[in-house]
Amino acid sequence: MATLLAIGTAKGLFLASSADGRRSWEVSGPHFPMTGVYAVAVDTRRPTPRLLAGVTSSHFGPSVATSDDLGASWDEPDHAPVAFPADTDTTLERVWQLMPAGHDEPDVVWAGTQPSALFRSTDGGRSFELVRSLWDHPHRPEWDAGFGGQAVHTVLPHPRDPARLLVAMSTGGVYRSEDAGVSWAPANTGIRAYFLPDEWPEFGQCVHKVARDGVNPDRLYAQNHHGVYRSDDDGRTWSSIADGLPSDFGFTMVSHPARAGMVWTFPLEADSQRFPTDHRCRVFRSADAGGTWAPLSVGLPEGPFYPAVLRDAMCADDATPGGVYFGTRSGEVYASRDEGDTWSLVAAHLPDVLCVRAAVV
Amino acid sequence: MLLPGPLRGEAGGASRLSVAAAGTLGAVLDEVAAAHPRLARRIRDERGELRRYVNVYVDGEDCRHSGGLSTPVGDGAEVRVLPSVAGG
Repeated sequence: MATLLAIGTAKGLFLASSADGRRSWEVSGPHFPMTGVYAVAVDTRRPTPRLLAGVTSSHFGPSVATSDDLGASWDEPDHAPVAFPADTDTTLERVWQLMPAGHDEPDVVWAGTQPSALFRSTDGGRSFELVRSLWDHPHRPEWDAGFGGQAVHTVLPHPRDPARLLVAMSTGGVYRSEDAGVSWAPANTGIRAYFLPDEWPEFGQCVHKVARDGVNPDRLYAQNHHGVYRSDDDGRTWSSIADGLPSDFGFTMVSHPARAGMVWTFPLEADSQRFPTDHRCRVFRSADAGGTWAPLSVGLPEGPFYPAVLRDAMCADDATPGGVYFGTRSGEVYASRDEGDTWSLVAAHLPDVLCVRAAVV
Repeated sequence: MLLPGPLRGEAGGASRLSVAAAGTLGAVLDEVAAAHPRLARRIRDERGELRRYVNVYVDGEDCRHSGGLSTPVGDGAEVRVLPSVAGG
């Protein structure tokens, strides 16, 4: 079995493959050169794994391409895979997230977009349809754009209940559905929005990333625009787990797919100082659902380190023991094959890394 | 209709397409869309608008200064698609 690491960058997609238990990597690319690849997915529910890439050309617009041969060839349908219906008078700017649904819906893939919207595919990601209920939500006119644009950047299906779905957007915050997307309710109780006059609004938070616990799916972890939180009730309420971290700012949040309570993040100093804390390259890991955190840096650069890690530029794989990966805005990609204890360089001198996803294929 | 290098792959490698439709630039692009939908959606978005950083010249005139998609296209006219100077 090989492990595939898909690396979306500001100027194309790179694919790293390891056939020796993640000790060494062979990198190919760029695929889709001169496109921003903000979303990738490795859909392992199919007999043949399918790669999905959300690519955006600054000239020729956004699209979603798929590959059923691990990136050797790519295909796009004639029609635009993700497009707003005519009556919305809206143009798709970017696909921020491609998320396969649970194993009981093997052809369903979700897409989160800019402007903030959710799309659903029932053909494995070849074509998507706008989820009207979220688009028509009465809160939508009040969702604002952050620096990165106004986008649904996180889509989390519930692994045991297809009716339950969570999305997160910047800004706007977390929204939940318990009826397969027919209706949506904000789910931000306990998440502070320090940048608003009312710091505890029903919605309007700038949630950067949400991860679902790999074993207890009602447990969630969120990195907010300042603030790190956990929910034990599928997003209904949140409480801080920032104690023990050097900062409560950052963009990433990644959970172990098979180990309860294990999460990783890459903290940055502050909104106004978007550098790694103490200017050091360190991942922080919790093995107790955010109760305590420990820095991990064996194998990572030891000197002063300034690049940030963006919201989707960190991920875990599904191997045993678990692998974890991150890419920087300076184009380096690091991998750990032992849950973060030790790290090695996969690739360097790439364009800005926007997203990474890894899986055994 | 003349295509830039990055778009030729969506037209079977062709650098030049012959288009029967005439009248307006919009009609020309509609005909192109019927034959080459992936090419068309790289030139216009789902609202039918020209993408911001794609320029289209009709007989050398930037269509944005001559009526946009309503720009008249006569028999034998040359429609040239060029990516604008953008990106980093």
